[in-house]
Amino acid sequence: MSDPVTALVGPFIEFGFMRRALAGCLALSVSAPPVGVFLMLRRMSLMSDAMSHAILPGAAVGFLVAGLSLPAMTLGGLVAGLAVAGLAGAVTRTTALREDASLAAFYLMSLAGGVMLVSARGSQIDLLHFLFGSVLALDDAALTLLGGIATVTLAVLALIYRPLVMECVDPLFLRTVSRAGGPAHFAFLGLVVINLVGGFQALGTLLAVGLMLLPAVAARFWARDLGGLIAASVLIAVLASLSGLSLSYHLDLPSGPAIVLAAGALYLASMLAGPQGGLLRRLVRGRHLEA
Amino acid sequence: MTPPIRLVGLTLGYDRHPAVHHIDGTVRAGDLLALTGPNGAGKSTLLKALAGEIRPLDGRIERAEPVAYLPQADEIDRSFPLSVLDLAAMGLWRRLGPWRGLGRHRDAVIAALGAVGLSGFEARPIGTLSGGQFRRALFARLILQDCRLILLDEPFTGIDARTVEDLLALIRAWHGEGRTVIAALHDLAQIRAHFPQTLLLAREPVAWGATARVLTPEHLGRARRLSEAWDEDAPVCDGARHAGRVGQGDERGHGPREDAA
Repeated sequence: MSDPVTALVGPFIEFGFMRRALAGCLALSVSAPPVGVFLMLRRMSLMSDAMSHAILPGAAVGFLVAGLSLPAMTLGGLVAGLAVAGLAGAVTRTTALREDASLAAFYLMSLAGGVMLVSARGSQIDLLHFLFGSVLALDDAALTLLGGIATVTLAVLALIYRPLVMECVDPLFLRTVSRAGGPAHFAFLGLVVINLVGGFQALGTLLAVGLMLLPAVAARFWARDLGGLIAASVLIAVLASLSGLSLSYHLDLPSGPAIVLAAGALYLASMLAGPQGGLLRRLVRGRHLEA
Repeated sequence: MTPPIRLVGLTLGYDRHPAVHHIDGTVRAGDLLALTGPNGAGKSTLLKALAGEIRPLDGRIERAEPVAYLPQADEIDRSFPLSVLDLAAMGLWRRLGPWRGLGRHRDAVIAALGAVGLSGFEARPIGTLSGGQFRRALFARLILQDCRLILLDEPFTGIDARTVEDLLALIRAWHGEGRTVIAALHDLAQIRAHFPQTLLLAREPVAWGATARVLTPEHLGRARRLSEAWDEDAPVCDGARHAGRVGQGDERGHGPREDAA
């Protein structure tokens, strides 16, 4: 363990399950952080947290119906998440209610409904599995799912990039020139949901939010423009996955939380040392310019 | 040539209470029309309806062509990491859509920014612009929209005299190109100096026609009295009362245009 590089990559060379975990986390690191960047810029950071609550009951219902089956739990989570996102988006666009309020209403209903269904069946679900995931036990199906989600996410983001940016910056203008705002908005909400569902395979529902948001928030301290933010967030997520998994192996820690804590540590470091408004940069101010 | 805008018994409002009541009239192609009246007179409401933002409570708007609209209270997120060039380039949406690249239009965007006095600002983040510079950038976006019909809602509030001069020159240039411009304004001296046509609004049209004939002390006094009354228990409007009055008073009727004489 003396050589840091060996310490970092050793476990992945040695063990197949570590390589699988890394592959899954890297797929998620490419797809979730760009979505998180848009959430952060739309001031909807906490929306992903609410969405993860909305997905949980769906996955639980899938578990109740089919046991610990990936397709059933994924489908359940997708249905619950897309229903909540769709209904909240529709209410926001047709009534006076704002997005955060309508989302809160629907995710609470989804969560309560899920809890009621689970307790009605009287089954003892291992909630910890949902909360903290099973990153060290990713099978082929789970890896395919994560890869598929990453592919779909990048493709859809590329397709809706321009209207999504316009919808974020100036929704009123986009409304007057085009009807693309609505479809772009709903496609984006769909991306949030599928990434959270994918993340719950690797990290568990609650921590899936971590790999979506922490890299995005940390990237704010490194980049100024949107392209830079997205690239920086992906890089930070990859670093967090690599170091988190490696640390969890060496120190015998649960791997899901280790990845998120690694992302958290990178966020704290960025906040301190980041060149774009980081704390140190603010304390050590350069002399002002001529003009 | 069909007129760019025709209003037929148009009533606009919120929650069934009319903010603009039974307005009829035609905006001709190439008009440079000022829209004025006290606060709460319905100017912004009328412009929103013309832009398609809100639907009429009653009556209808006949609009022949796409419109470029500068709202009074924009919903622009200035903290978004976007460059001035990208903001102005949004005006190209109708030509580029979601996927076509900027390509050869880049020069047009830079030229439009030059026309509003923002040369050299292309790469600046929008959050670093001053209020006046930001308004100039929005005018660059209007230029790139290249619409025959342009709606401006209080475009000069909160900006300095020099910027107002520059933007007024731009509006005069649009007028010279035969574009139709409707602007909501408060500065009567400015309207008298630059806008040949005026619609004086006070929840109903008080007068519409040549500016000198509209902005009389009598009309302005009447506009002040009419505005800002909001009756929670107002009866349902039957329309007939207003229909009868249209074209009756010389200042309200807009059938034969006053300036035609």
